[in-house]
Amino acid sequence: MIGALIARDLRRGFSGSAWLPLAFFILVAALVPFAIGPDAQLLGRIGPGTMWIAALTAALMPIERLVEPDRADGVLDQLALRGISEEAVALAKILAHWLSFGPLLMLAAVPAAALLNLEATMLVRLELSLAVGTPGLAALSVAIAALVAGLPRAGALAGLLLFPLAVPLLIFATAFLAEGGRLIGLEAAASLLLFALSPLVTGAAIRASRT
Amino acid sequence: MSSLLAFEEVALARGGRMLFERLTFALGPGQAVHVAGPNGSGKSSLIRLAAGLLEAARGRVERTAEAALADDHLALDRELPLGKALALWARSDVGHALEAAGIAPLAPVPVRLLSSGQRKRATLARVYAANASLWLLDEPLNTLDEAGVAALGVAMARHRAGGGAILAASHAALPGEWTRVELGQ
Repeated sequence: MIGALIARDLRRGFSGSAWLPLAFFILVAALVPFAIGPDAQLLGRIGPGTMWIAALTAALMPIERLVEPDRADGVLDQLALRGISEEAVALAKILAHWLSFGPLLMLAAVPAAALLNLEATMLVRLELSLAVGTPGLAALSVAIAALVAGLPRAGALAGLLLFPLAVPLLIFATAFLAEGGRLIGLEAAASLLLFALSPLVTGAAIRASRT
Repeated sequence: MSSLLAFEEVALARGGRMLFERLTFALGPGQAVHVAGPNGSGKSSLIRLAAGLLEAARGRVERTAEAALADDHLALDRELPLGKALALWARSDVGHALEAAGIAPLAPVPVRLLSSGQRKRATLARVYAANASLWLLDEPLNTLDEAGVAALGVAMARHRAGGGAILAASHAALPGEWTRVELGQ
């Protein structure tokens, strides 16, 4: 059942708007040189950080379709009746969400790096930081999607909640981009913390939405 | 006889208001309970209580059997053909369930195109296919036409004959023999 759930969420992700965050990510990379000018050195310094801001926003984009449709349509209730814990549902949703945007962002980082004129070592770092950080981002998105499910103007509220909570991940990711080396461990720790806490928060939020 | 579902001195509060208290009944194999009462008396909440989706304020709800729930949520993916959408929840043959609900020809039709009566039948087909011994039906007659009600009556009779139990909330009379539980008195 969990496997079927992941496959279903993936299918819904890709049949819907999975390409939108990808296009958005590349669009930001294309706009940055226009906004701050064609100075290659400056771009090299600012570019990688802007890619992480683009990744944050890309993770936020599909947030309203992660949990709310399933809550409103009774799918979450049916899963509970099947004896599947809310935490397991959350884990399935995190995996499906990550699969539908994480690998795509890593792919998009290649043309984005070209647009920003990043060096090869910086591209490798960017890919590593995305690989380590996007699972945490996916976990955070699902938890926040569950917290705001059913509320009016949930999308805007989700943004307000997500960005502050993503700050530690952002700090360690960009620190690793700037200096490389072992700093990736700190990014991994921040990502892992989000990944570990998210199913608990999501499960509690789904249960609370029933009362 | 062991019961599939038992309510013992159950009280339920919603939004700070006591909907019902000291509710006791049991549901064994082949039995069916019809929960009746005016709007807002807690019929749907009682169904959700039996499903384990709500918690009782007092008392004990004991369910020993797998349950299948049909309420006003379809829980089927709208973009999929009906047959495929049902397959996510099915534990027995989807074709049989569709036939029992009288909507076998609709299997290839996308769920989003179904009319409200067809959606109700699809919800019931989801319950038939779940292979659960306890059916929890919330207003199963809503939006069903006469043929739909007759098909539901046949399906319920067959389910009970096979040792299944049904808890149904409805403000209208249900086909077949039922033990009545009145709320809001």
